[in-house]
Amino acid sequence: MSGTWRLLRANPLIATGALISLLIVLVAVFAPLIVPYPADAGSATHPEMALQAPSMQHLFGTDQVGRDVFSRVLEGTRVSPVVALFVLLIACLVGIPLGVVAGYFGGVADEFVMRVTDIFLAFPPLLLALAFATALPANLTSLTIAIAITWWPWYTRLVRGQAASVAGRPYVEACRALGIPSWRILLRHVLPNSVTPVIVQVSLDVGGVILTASALSFLGLGAQDPTPDWGLMVAEGQNYFTTQWWLVTFPGLAILLTALAFNLLGDGLRDVLDPHSRGVGRWVGIR
Amino acid sequence: MNQVKLEIRDLRVSFAGHPVASVPELTVDAGEIVGLAGESGSGKSMTILAVLGLAGTAGATVTGSVRLDGQELIGLSAARLRAIRGRRIAAIFQSPALAFNPVFRVGAIVSRALRQHGLSAAEARERADAAMRSVLLPPELLHRYPAQLSGGQLQRVAIALALALRAEVLLADEPTSALDVTVQAEVLELLRELRDSRGMAILFVSHDLAVIAELCDRVAIMRAGRVVEQGPTGQVIAAPRHDYTRELLAAVPRLES
Amino acid sequence: MIRYVIRRVALAAVVVAGVVVLTFVIADVVPGDPAASWAGPHASAAQIARARQYLGLDQPLAVRIGKYFAGIVTGNWGTSIHTHRPVLSDIGTAAPATLELVIAALIIALLAGVPLGLAAARWPGRALDHAIRAGSVLGVSMPVFWLALILQLVFAQRLRLLPVAGQYDPNLVFSHPLTVRTQLPVVDSLISGNWAMLGSTLTHLVLPALVVAAYPAGVIARMVRAQVLDTVGEAHIQMVRSLGFPERAVFGTFAMRLAWNPVAAVLALVFAYSLVNTFLVESIFDWPGLGSYAAASVSTLDTPAIVGVTLFVAVIYVAANLVVDLVQAALDPRIRLR
Repeated sequence: MSGTWRLLRANPLIATGALISLLIVLVAVFAPLIVPYPADAGSATHPEMALQAPSMQHLFGTDQVGRDVFSRVLEGTRVSPVVALFVLLIACLVGIPLGVVAGYFGGVADEFVMRVTDIFLAFPPLLLALAFATALPANLTSLTIAIAITWWPWYTRLVRGQAASVAGRPYVEACRALGIPSWRILLRHVLPNSVTPVIVQVSLDVGGVILTASALSFLGLGAQDPTPDWGLMVAEGQNYFTTQWWLVTFPGLAILLTALAFNLLGDGLRDVLDPHSRGVGRWVGIR
Repeated sequence: MNQVKLEIRDLRVSFAGHPVASVPELTVDAGEIVGLAGESGSGKSMTILAVLGLAGTAGATVTGSVRLDGQELIGLSAARLRAIRGRRIAAIFQSPALAFNPVFRVGAIVSRALRQHGLSAAEARERADAAMRSVLLPPELLHRYPAQLSGGQLQRVAIALALALRAEVLLADEPTSALDVTVQAEVLELLRELRDSRGMAILFVSHDLAVIAELCDRVAIMRAGRVVEQGPTGQVIAAPRHDYTRELLAAVPRLES
Repeated sequence: MIRYVIRRVALAAVVVAGVVVLTFVIADVVPGDPAASWAGPHASAAQIARARQYLGLDQPLAVRIGKYFAGIVTGNWGTSIHTHRPVLSDIGTAAPATLELVIAALIIALLAGVPLGLAAARWPGRALDHAIRAGSVLGVSMPVFWLALILQLVFAQRLRLLPVAGQYDPNLVFSHPLTVRTQLPVVDSLISGNWAMLGSTLTHLVLPALVVAAYPAGVIARMVRAQVLDTVGEAHIQMVRSLGFPERAVFGTFAMRLAWNPVAAVLALVFAYSLVNTFLVESIFDWPGLGSYAAASVSTLDTPAIVGVTLFVAVIYVAANLVVDLVQAALDPRIRLR
């Protein structure tokens, strides 16, 4: 524990990231209790209070139908970050088993899986997610699926390398010689080795998925009104931006802050858990 | 009588208060090779860095005196130290393959170093070619990348660099440890050449007492960061005064005096 | 070397084929009826049926994929439902403006990222390093569309320092008409000596390019910093110091030269990402490029257009990666032999 404390003190950036991430998670969990105007995050509208500047009653002002922006921004912590959670969950559930099997068994299965991931990874993530999201009806579920489809190959790649290197080790050969079934070997030996890089990658990806999700919502492909999605709020506030600056500024700041916090956290985790990672992905981090 | 080129007195190199090298007295005359012997980690390399004024880059602090031709180097301004480094005091390192930047042609480093110390491009080229011939290497090798040259060749290029710069003092940090025995002999022969025909003052650092015995005129023995004995090579080997020196000598498989 | 080239090109071709299939899948997964959207909202059942036949949607899957492939290869990338023009020609018209934007952004990213990364590596742990690291993470975490709106508001609308939107001042077309040769207004005005137009195109380029440059600048700065810090402990750096080079040269010339390789490796990726980021930025600045086209296609659910743009960018990405891989292999023999 003290080692962690020292690490946090030596690295103010990582400490900040960890703190803000924690804050965001707390806000998301306790949102219904702290939000001043909970109905505004839902379908309530108050046209008579539309477009009011920030004040004591409305810290971030009100939007074009009179909803409290502060409440909506806070409730937004339950939208994009939750999308990110599900996307990464799906990516892991689909990608990791595929990668483990491909790396461990090698051969034709491996080649096939590699080519398929190659094809998916030939698209910049936002692009592929955009294409899928356009093909599906515009809602949060489609958004989650579209982004998950673009995100899983990275995990397959990540885990496959680990699985392949473990598969070649002498003790695994010994296990095989002893007749231990493959699934046991995979579960006991291959999987635990992959945990660390996956944890690092997930923490780095949270920011990236949130940025992708808010970008797609900005384009109209994800959350729909009245869901308090930050990207959607920026899109809706665009037309009023020159005079009612608060409609765009605060939701956008929320996106920035969240992505920043998780990126810092991810950087820190990587430095601690996987300092010698090489390759382009190290600096691109979020995609 | 040969003049004293390099004079080290009460040199102390420490990391955050912990001493790593301590040299009470060490001199190198022009036209002489002085050996600094000791095991790995005895502080020999730090001594060389301290003489170059580069101990700071490793995070160490230096106290004491290092004089070149009577001029004090410790505490000299960074700019004046840079003028001396390379130009008057040169260094060659243990792993020649690692000592050259892999993405530069070897000749590019040589010519840049020469131009850094005030030569024109044409002069630099001339001196570089002449120096290469002095170390018995064809000047065309300067166009190669370090990966394309052998360890022995690279070490000779490093010596050629010192020659081209007309350095008066050469600090050699285990220059032959990473080389084959036959190549080692060639490099040692070169160093003798430098001492005899150019009058260079050479400080030869090594853990290999056999090589030191063969090459050096005088030797200082270092142990755990401190110089424990020094004197003319023949004397130290024939009549060691310190226990540690005796241990080192006993550990050498075969010694020719 | 030749064998490596053949291997890599073959792999790229396989990937591109797979990309085409994937885009077909996306085009085909469309719920609802492309025939209905083509025929329009007031079409009768018979008209929709005829549209289906016209669009070839009543044929078996294998035939459809085959025709799609054949179409792609021969340059028939479908027709935009919105503009009713061939998608490929729409892309051709829109692409140059985006190319201009992305290249300008990458130049800015290099000019900013490299020196900043170097400075951070030279004085690690100090305030400057922390600031640069914070800035790089900020650049990489920035919602591009938000940055675009903010910068537009502050610099264009409030401070009036820069133009709000467009590629150049439309009024100038009358007084200083632009001779179009490369379809890149900056280049065209430069080569024809049209200084008024050049000034206008450059000032219009500043804001969008800065916005798109944020992400690559962050990536490059982090990368350079990490690479240089890695190198700093090595023997050849100490050797160069012992030759009397000032620290400025030790870092800027000798350490930096080693960092260029990974930076080049990441340029292809960063180029593709920036290309996609323009989708979010161009409509805000009325920039008549691929990004505006894509954003418009998304809002009108113009599937052929979206699929066309997706295919286009993916192929460029594969090509860019291929080029970078081949160049790296040419320069570093170890890569070929792996």
